[in-house]
Amino acid sequence: MSLQALTPPLKSATRIMMLWSPDWPITAALRELDLSAATPLALIDRGEVFACSPAARAEGVKRGLRVREAQARCTDLIVKHYDPDQDVRVFEPVIAVIEKIMPGVQLIRPGLCAIHAQGPSRYYGGEPKAASVLITTLASLGLTTARVGVADSPFAAEHAARATEVLEGAEKDPIWVVPPGESPQFLSTFPLDVLEEPKLAVLLRRLGIRTLGDFAALDACDIRNRFGVEGARAHRKASGLDHRSVVARKPPVELDVVVDFEPALVRIDQLAFAFRTAADRFVERLRATGLVCTALRVVMHSESGEVSDRLWRHPRWFDADDVLDRVRWQLQGGGLIEHGLQSGITRVHTIPATVEDLGDHADGLWGTGPEESIHHGLARVQSMLGHVAVLTAVVAGGRMLKDRRVFIPWGDSPTSHPTAAKSEQGIPWPGNVPGPAPATVFDEPLEVLVVDAAGRSVDVDARGMLTNAPALFTPPGTTTGQHAVQHWAGPWPINERWWDSSGRALNRFQLVDDTGAAWLLLLEDHRWWAEASYD
Amino acid sequence: MLVPGTASQPEHGLGLQEKINQMQGSRLGSRRLPTIPSLGRILPGGALLAGAAYSVENSTTLAMALLAGPSGSGAWCSVIGIPDFNVEAAANLGIDLDRLILIPHLDGQWLAVTAAMVDVVSIILTIAPATITGSDAARLRARLRQRGAALITIGAWPQSEAVLSVSENTWGGLGTGSGHLQTRRLKVTAKGHNGRSRSSELSHAELRQSMWPQLSGSDNGKNDRHFIPRVVSA
Repeated sequence: MSLQALTPPLKSATRIMMLWSPDWPITAALRELDLSAATPLALIDRGEVFACSPAARAEGVKRGLRVREAQARCTDLIVKHYDPDQDVRVFEPVIAVIEKIMPGVQLIRPGLCAIHAQGPSRYYGGEPKAASVLITTLASLGLTTARVGVADSPFAAEHAARATEVLEGAEKDPIWVVPPGESPQFLSTFPLDVLEEPKLAVLLRRLGIRTLGDFAALDACDIRNRFGVEGARAHRKASGLDHRSVVARKPPVELDVVVDFEPALVRIDQLAFAFRTAADRFVERLRATGLVCTALRVVMHSESGEVSDRLWRHPRWFDADDVLDRVRWQLQGGGLIEHGLQSGITRVHTIPATVEDLGDHADGLWGTGPEESIHHGLARVQSMLGHVAVLTAVVAGGRMLKDRRVFIPWGDSPTSHPTAAKSEQGIPWPGNVPGPAPATVFDEPLEVLVVDAAGRSVDVDARGMLTNAPALFTPPGTTTGQHAVQHWAGPWPINERWWDSSGRALNRFQLVDDTGAAWLLLLEDHRWWAEASYD
Repeated sequence: MLVPGTASQPEHGLGLQEKINQMQGSRLGSRRLPTIPSLGRILPGGALLAGAAYSVENSTTLAMALLAGPSGSGAWCSVIGIPDFNVEAAANLGIDLDRLILIPHLDGQWLAVTAAMVDVVSIILTIAPATITGSDAARLRARLRQRGAALITIGAWPQSEAVLSVSENTWGGLGTGSGHLQTRRLKVTAKGHNGRSRSSELSHAELRQSMWPQLSGSDNGKNDRHFIPRVVSA
C-alpha cells in the first residue's frame, strides 16, 4: 500500500528551476560585514573552520581546520563566528526580489531555493531565457556567483546547478537546462555520494554499484524489498523522479509601520498626536494576523540625521496606547527638554521585534487575575512620570550599600540587567557589612563631622591606623548639634577596583551616638560621610 | 448665670467637634490586614486596618516592619518618594521584593501618583509633603477607604489612625573601637487617634515577618502565601 503511494506513474510533468548560490555562509557574511569578495574570511563553528572565502582557500585554509592552524596558513585571515541566523536573514531580501519576478518560490535552505519552471518559462519565452532573467536580476543585487539548474525533479535540478561549475572555456555558463525526460540520463554518471546516504552508498558499492545510473537500473520493487523506504526514496531520486514537489512559501505580511513627517515635528505632543493613528494601525494589523507584539523596536530619524533606536519590552503585550507611550518616552529619555526636541523628527518606524500568538495572551473569561489590574495601574503611573520612574528592585552584589540595590523599570525583565542577573543570594561578598542591614541608604552620601574630645578631626593614617578616638559626632543636615559618641568600631578598609583609575579606597565605621541613633560612616580623602542610617 | 470656663462659645464648639471626631471610629467594620504580632499588639484595633492611615515618626525600620506583614502574605506594596529606602533591609524584614513597587522620584506630583497607586496596591509607604492641604488629605483618605488600602507615612499625617514612634534604642555588639552592630532592642510607642498610647519593647528580630508564630513551622512562610482579596471596581 505504502509502496503504491511512493511510486506514482512514471510521468513527471513538473519542471523545476533550482537557484544555487555557492558558499552562501561566506557570501552572507561578506555582505553583512560589507567586505569585498577578495577578503580572506573564515567562519568558525565550535573552534573549527566551517566555511572560508575563495581568497582564504587560495592560501590553504579549508573546512575543518582549527582556528590557529588557519591563521597560521593565512596571516591576514578575518575570523568570525558562524551564525546560521545571519544566512537566513541575508537570504530573505534575495527571495523577496525573486518573488517579485517569479511566483512560487520555495526556500530549501539559505543559498538554495526551488521555483516552478512552468510559469516563468512560458512568460519569458523558454526555460533558458527565464533562467537568464533570474541570473541578471540577482547580478543587479550584487550576487554574481549564482547558478541555475532546470530539470524534472528538485534533486536533478540542484545537481544541474552544481554541475555548471565543471563547465569550462567557451561552454562556461551559469545555467544548465536538462531537457524534459533526460534527467535520468543526466544523473546516471553521478557517484552515489550525492544521495547523501552514506550507509546505503557503502552497501551499494560493495554490491558493485558505483553510479546513480547503475542504481536506477535496478527494479524499484526489489530496492523497496531490500532497502526499505529510505532505499526506495533514494532510488526515486536517482531515477530523476523526486517525490518532493515545490511548495511555494507565502510571503510574510508586512507588520512594520513607518510614518514620515513633512515638515518635521518639533514638539512631543504634536508627534504623539500625529502618530496616534499609526499606532492604532500597527496594533490592528498585528491583531488581524492573530499576533501580539511583546517586544517593540522604535527607530526615530531626526532632521539633523540622528537616529534613535531602542528596544522596548512589555510584561504583557503592546496596545496602541503603550506603543505611543514608548515613542514618547524614547524622545523624553534622550535628555531633551520636555516639550522641545533638539531637531525635528522626520520619521518614526515601529518594528515588532517579538511577536507571539494572540491565543497565548488572550484574557480569561474573568480576567487574568490581580496581576493584570496592577499592570494597568502601573502603566498609568508610568505614563505620568516616564518609564524609568516606576521600579522594582533586586538585591545585587557590591561593596558599597548603594551598589547592592539594583532598580529595574517596571516591564523590563531582570535578566536584561547584567548586574541583577549576576546577583546570587547567600554568596558572601568581600567588604560586606555584618549585622542587620540599615533601613536608610543615602542616594548620595551626606557630609558629617567626627571629632575627638579635643575637637580635632579624626583621620586614618597611611598605615590604616586611627589617629585619635572619635568622641563627638555631628549628624548630617545640622552644623551645631553635636552628639557624644557612645560606641564605635572601625576602621574597616575598603579598596574598590584598585587596578582601575576610577577605583576608590576608603574606610568604613559604625557609630552609635548618645540619642541611640546608629550610623554607617565613610572616611574618604580625610572627609567624613554618612553612607547609611540604622533608623 | 455663667459657668466659668464656658465663656467662649465657639471654642467650646470646636473642642466638642474634636471630641466627637476622636470618639467616632474612622471605620465601619474595617478589614484587618495581616500584621506582625508584636506591632499588632500595640495598634488600635489589634492590626493594621484597611482604609486607614498610619504615621511613623522617626524610624524607617518600623515603617518597613509595618509593610512586612501584608507583603509576606502576598499583598502588593509600594514605596513612594523615598529614594533612600534600602531594599536589602526590606528583604531581610520579610518584604517580598517581587511585589514591591518603588517610585523614588515624583516630579512634584505626589498627590496624583499616590492616588493612582492606591488603586493598584494594598499598602503604601510614603513621606507626606509638608504642604498637603486638609481637603487633599480627606480626598485621599476617602479613596483609601473605598479601595481598602492602607497608607503609612513617615512624618506627620492629618487624621492618622495611630502615630508610631521609636522612643528608645538599645544597640548590642558594638564596643569602643571593636565589634559590630548585632542586636537592637527598641521601645515602640503607638499613640491612637483617641489619645490612648500603648508601647512595647521588642527586639529587631521580632520585627521580621518570618518570626510569625503561625508560620514558624513552615519554610519561611513562602508556601503559606495567599493573596488578600481586594475590592476591584471596574
